Amino acid sequence: MNTTEWFGIAAALLIGLGLYGILTQPMLLRKIVSFNVLGSGVFLMFGVIARRGAAAGLTGDPVPHAFVITGIVVAFSASALAVTMALKLHEDTGESAFPEGEDATAPDNPDEDKA
Amino acid sequence: MNPVKLASLTTGQHGGGGLLVLCVLVPVAALLAIVLAGGRHGRAVTLAALPPGLLVAGLIATQVWKTGQAMVERVGGWAPPLGLMLRADGLSVLMLATTAILVAAVAFYAPRSFRVAAGGAETRASLVFWVMLMAIWASMNLVFVSSDLFNLYVALELIAFAAIPMVYLEGKKGTLLAGLRYLLYALMGSVLYLLGAALLYGRHGTMDITLLSGMAGMDWAVCLGVGLMTAGLMAKTALFPLHLWLPPAHAGATPAASALLSALVVKGSFFLVLRIWFDLLPPLTGTPGAQLVGALGAAAVLVGGVMAIRQDRLKLLIAYSTVAQIGYLFLIFPLAKGPAVATALSGGMFLAISHAFAKASMFMTAGLIAGAYGHDRIAGLRGVMRSMPVAGCAFLIAAFSLIGVPPTGGFAAKWRLISAAVESSQWGWAAVILCGGLLAGAYMFRAVSVFLTEAETPVADKPAGTRFREWLVLALACVSLWIGLFPEIPARLIEIGRPANGEVLP
Repeated sequence: MNTTEWFGIAAALLIGLGLYGILTQPMLLRKIVSFNVLGSGVFLMFGVIARRGAAAGLTGDPVPHAFVITGIVVAFSASALAVTMALKLHEDTGESAFPEGEDATAPDNPDEDKA
Repeated sequence: MNPVKLASLTTGQHGGGGLLVLCVLVPVAALLAIVLAGGRHGRAVTLAALPPGLLVAGLIATQVWKTGQAMVERVGGWAPPLGLMLRADGLSVLMLATTAILVAAVAFYAPRSFRVAAGGAETRASLVFWVMLMAIWASMNLVFVSSDLFNLYVALELIAFAAIPMVYLEGKKGTLLAGLRYLLYALMGSVLYLLGAALLYGRHGTMDITLLSGMAGMDWAVCLGVGLMTAGLMAKTALFPLHLWLPPAHAGATPAASALLSALVVKGSFFLVLRIWFDLLPPLTGTPGAQLVGALGAAAVLVGGVMAIRQDRLKLLIAYSTVAQIGYLFLIFPLAKGPAVATALSGGMFLAISHAFAKASMFMTAGLIAGAYGHDRIAGLRGVMRSMPVAGCAFLIAAFSLIGVPPTGGFAAKWRLISAAVESSQWGWAAVILCGGLLAGAYMFRAVSVFLTEAETPVADKPAGTRFREWLVLALACVSLWIGLFPEIPARLIEIGRPANGEVLP
């Protein structure tokens, strides 16, 4: 097994860990961290793909690098938005996790469209 | 490699392709102008951006309609695989037009609380609403004209970032939680989509849908990639069982935002599933994988319908109706088999656009009713038909379209879906469609029957500006009726620029 394949396996493990975390962790911050672990796995996968697709004389295919850079920017903005929302939720309600046994509960007060 | 198909996907009209760039740039320019000018000018800038935006969508539509060919633009003159190609075929044109009309309607409907009074203090909602409205318009248009999987990933993320703040715009209790849940589903969906796209790139070295469709065979890497992308997009489209985020988010948002989220935003990710299954890998439709997707769709139709019947609040009922209608959209993948491919695709597109108009109209009507009554508990909404006859009519027409009563657009769509089920000899799906219609009839009857009863106490005065908005929602509902009365126009558009056009038709 060469180094690239080990990195491929590492990427798959990160993706599995991240997905498991998002699905099972009730705490919001843990879900956000899990999303970042998952994202890192995908970015590592792009690195593996770049290495495997390397043309003669190059160490890697440059196109996946461009994808990863864009992906990192998107993941960063998404995490910032999620953390901000989680902080606001904690400030408003003191909650830091999704309530147990919720689902499909809509906000209490109906919409008054103050025209 | 299928040279005939590849040729039909790459050829297209090159002249006037700059319009495809403009249809994204106009709303982006408006967005930047609003950020610079501040929320108090948000409405003015938006209204100024509507005529050019509608004009660009109209020009693209007429050009595609006249030439009968897709429009193609290589951005900056760079050709794929490295360059980005924008391409508008008949499907894109239908969605571009639907989006432009609905954004315009939402802009005129948007309540006065988003309009800053002269000399009054600027509110956060007034800035965010108009900025996000333009952002949704731009990113939806980008999804409809892109043909590069990575470009589409960025467009999908932009849609999510624009749509989520709409959910908790007014900061009402519970909406922040609904927005957060929506965000987590959307993020998980887009990462899975990106992983799938990465696998396709690793296998074939390009992200361009047209190039990939010429190369991609059914090997395991491609199938896994497409499976991951589809699963991710299902979470974003809220297909059962990944629909849990939708009802609280759509029902909790302000009515103008609910209309946009329910009618348009979920169609963005659905449109991408269409692109992947019909353009990227056409042999996938009708396979066991497609049967699984269809089964989830059927479950969504039934569960969404039953849950809608059980709701006590009008906006939640409408939100669960969206869950059910999304289910129908995914039925087209098992139905598009053999001779029924064109019929199934056409049925799916008819459903997507007629649901868009009917659902936008219905959410906005619910907003007007809630505004006049001060609540949206169904049991307390007696006498709507007498106190707000125009809005009541709009609700009724939209309900008919969602149920699928002739001659509405919803009927045209379901007729095509059932025809596809007959053509491909898959009767089970036809039974699901008919059951879904009965459930829709039941939950709509619950609301309408209360509207028709006499109110014990007369309704208080309607808020100012309600009369104009009542006619606006009626006009939107009539568009969904018009789609059913004149189905030839969308039907012809859908066929423009399809690969192997005419060959799969019986």
